[in-house]
Amino acid sequence: MSTPVGADLALRLVGVTKDFGGLRAVDRVALEVRPGERRALIGPNGAGKTTLFNLISGSLPVSAGSITLFGRDVTNTSAHRRAAQGLARTFQVTNLFPDLTVLENALLAIQAHTASRFAMLRPMGVFAELQARARATLESVGLAGVTDAVVRNLSHGEQRQLEIALALAGRPRVLLLDEPTAGLSPAESRLMAGLLGRLDPAITVLMIEHDMDIALELSARVTVLHYGCVIADGSRDEVKADPQVREIYLGA
Amino acid sequence: MIRRRALAAAIVVGVLAGLGPALPAYPLTLITQALIFGILAMSLDVLLGYTGLPSLGQAAYFGVAAYAVALLATERQVGLVGCAAAGIALAAVTAAVFGVVAIRARGTYFLMITLALGMVVWGLAFRWVSLTKGDNGVSGVPRPELGTLSLSAPLPFFYFALVTAAVSWALLGLLVTSPFGLGLKGIRGSESRMEALGYNVWLHKYLAFVIAGVFAGIAGVLWAYYNGFVGPTDVQLVTSVEALLMTALGGPGTLIGPVLGAGIIVFLKNFVSVYTKRWLLILGAVYIGVILFAPRGVVGAFRRQRR
Repeated sequence: MSTPVGADLALRLVGVTKDFGGLRAVDRVALEVRPGERRALIGPNGAGKTTLFNLISGSLPVSAGSITLFGRDVTNTSAHRRAAQGLARTFQVTNLFPDLTVLENALLAIQAHTASRFAMLRPMGVFAELQARARATLESVGLAGVTDAVVRNLSHGEQRQLEIALALAGRPRVLLLDEPTAGLSPAESRLMAGLLGRLDPAITVLMIEHDMDIALELSARVTVLHYGCVIADGSRDEVKADPQVREIYLGA
Repeated sequence: MIRRRALAAAIVVGVLAGLGPALPAYPLTLITQALIFGILAMSLDVLLGYTGLPSLGQAAYFGVAAYAVALLATERQVGLVGCAAAGIALAAVTAAVFGVVAIRARGTYFLMITLALGMVVWGLAFRWVSLTKGDNGVSGVPRPELGTLSLSAPLPFFYFALVTAAVSWALLGLLVTSPFGLGLKGIRGSESRMEALGYNVWLHKYLAFVIAGVFAGIAGVLWAYYNGFVGPTDVQLVTSVEALLMTALGGPGTLIGPVLGAGIIVFLKNFVSVYTKRWLLILGAVYIGVILFAPRGVVGAFRRQRR
C-alpha cells in the first residue's frame, strides 16, 4: 500500500464546506498544516473561523469535503475519537467546569486519555500519578497557586489560562486555539503570548487570533478567511502585502 | 473529607440501629419506608445531581423490580436471593433498553422521554392483566427469610433496610468520588468540553443511567417485601415525581440529601394524609417552596454556608 496523500501533513482540509440551511458558513476550504507549524487563522467577524474549528474538532459535521489528521481520514470520526487521536482545542467563549475546582478540571483532562476514566469504586485521591500530572500541567500555565479554588471564582484571565491547560493536559499533537486572548487586558495578553510562545515546538498549532500583533508574533504563516472562503494563505509579509486582504481586513 | 463523611454516616447508622428496639412499630415502619425511598432518591441523584440528567421515570426501574419480586415470591415461592437477583437484573435490563432511547435527548426532552418511558411501564402494569393482575395488583407478598432469620417483624426488616441503604450509600459514595464520578460531574458542567477532551459522553451517561436503574431496582425489591403489595400506583408518574422531589428537597448532588428528603416527604405524607386527602396539593406547595427558597436543597444550603 502506498503512503496516503497528506500523510506528511498534521492537518489537511480538502473542499471543506458547511451549510446552515441556505447560509454557506464555510465554503470549499483547503488547508494544509505541517507538523510543528504555527499557523494563524484570521478574518473579520462572521468569516467562519469558529465554524471551521468546530468542523475540524468534530463538534459539527461537514456538509462536504474531507479532513485528514496525520494522513488519517477523520471526516466522519466523532469529536471524542479525534481528541483521542491527539487533537485538542480551546474555546472562544470560556468552556470549563465552573462548579469544580481547578485541580478537578485538570484531572478531567488528564484522565480522559487513560483507562482510569472508567474506574468506579476507587476514590480520585488514590490515583497519585493522575494527580501529579494534573498539578504539573497547572504549574506549566501558572495556575499552581489556585489548584483548590472553584473555577467559578477565578478571574477571567485565570480561566483563559485554564482553557489552555485543559487542552495541553492530554499531550496533543494538534492544538486548535480559538482566540486565546479574548477578553484579556493588554498585560494579560502579553502573559498569554509568552505562555503560547513557550509551547512544545513539536505541537502543531492552528490559532484564531484577533490581536494582529500576537497572531503575527506567534505564527510564521497566516491564512485569511472571508465569508467562508480562504482568500489568502502565505507568510506574514505576503499576507500583509496582499491587496485584497488590505482592503477587506486591514481596512486600508 | 471522604473519611469525615463516612464517620458521620456511621454515627447516623449507629444511632438509628440503637434507636430501633426503643421505637414503637409505627415510627419504625415509617423510618423503614424512608430508607427504601432514600435508596430510590439516591439512585436518581446520580442522574439529576451528578450528571445533570433530570429523569422523571425512576419509578419504572423501582416498579419492575418490585413486580418481579412480588410475582416470583407469591406464584413461584422463590426465596430472597432469587427474588432480589431477578428484580435487580430486570431493573438493569429495563434501564439498559430505555437508556438507548432516552440518552440521545437533553434537558427538557430527556425529562419528557423518561416520563413517557415510565408511562409505558405503568401501562403494562395496568393493562397486562394476565401477568400483573392489572389494577388489583399483586398482594400477599410474604416477608422474606435471611437464612434462618425471619424478617417478618418490623424490627428485623428495619435492620435489613438500614444495612441495604447504608451499603448503597457507601457504593454510590465511592462512585461519585471515583474518576468515573468526576466524569459525570464534568458532563453536568459542559458536555461540549467533555467531548473535546476525548470523553464518549453518550457512554458515560448511559452507564450512569443503568447504574441508577440498578439502585432503583434495589429499592423496588425492598418495597415489594415491605409493602406486601405491588400495584400500578408504584410505577405511576406520582412515584417518579416524589422521587424527584425528595432529591430536590434534600439537595441534589449530595447523596445524603436525597435520603433526608425521602425522610421528610415520607413523614409529611403520613402525617398530612391523616388530616386531608389533598396530599398532592401539599406536595406541590413544598416543591414550589424548595425551588424558591432552597434551590440547592436542605443539605445544599448548609454546605454553601460553610463554604
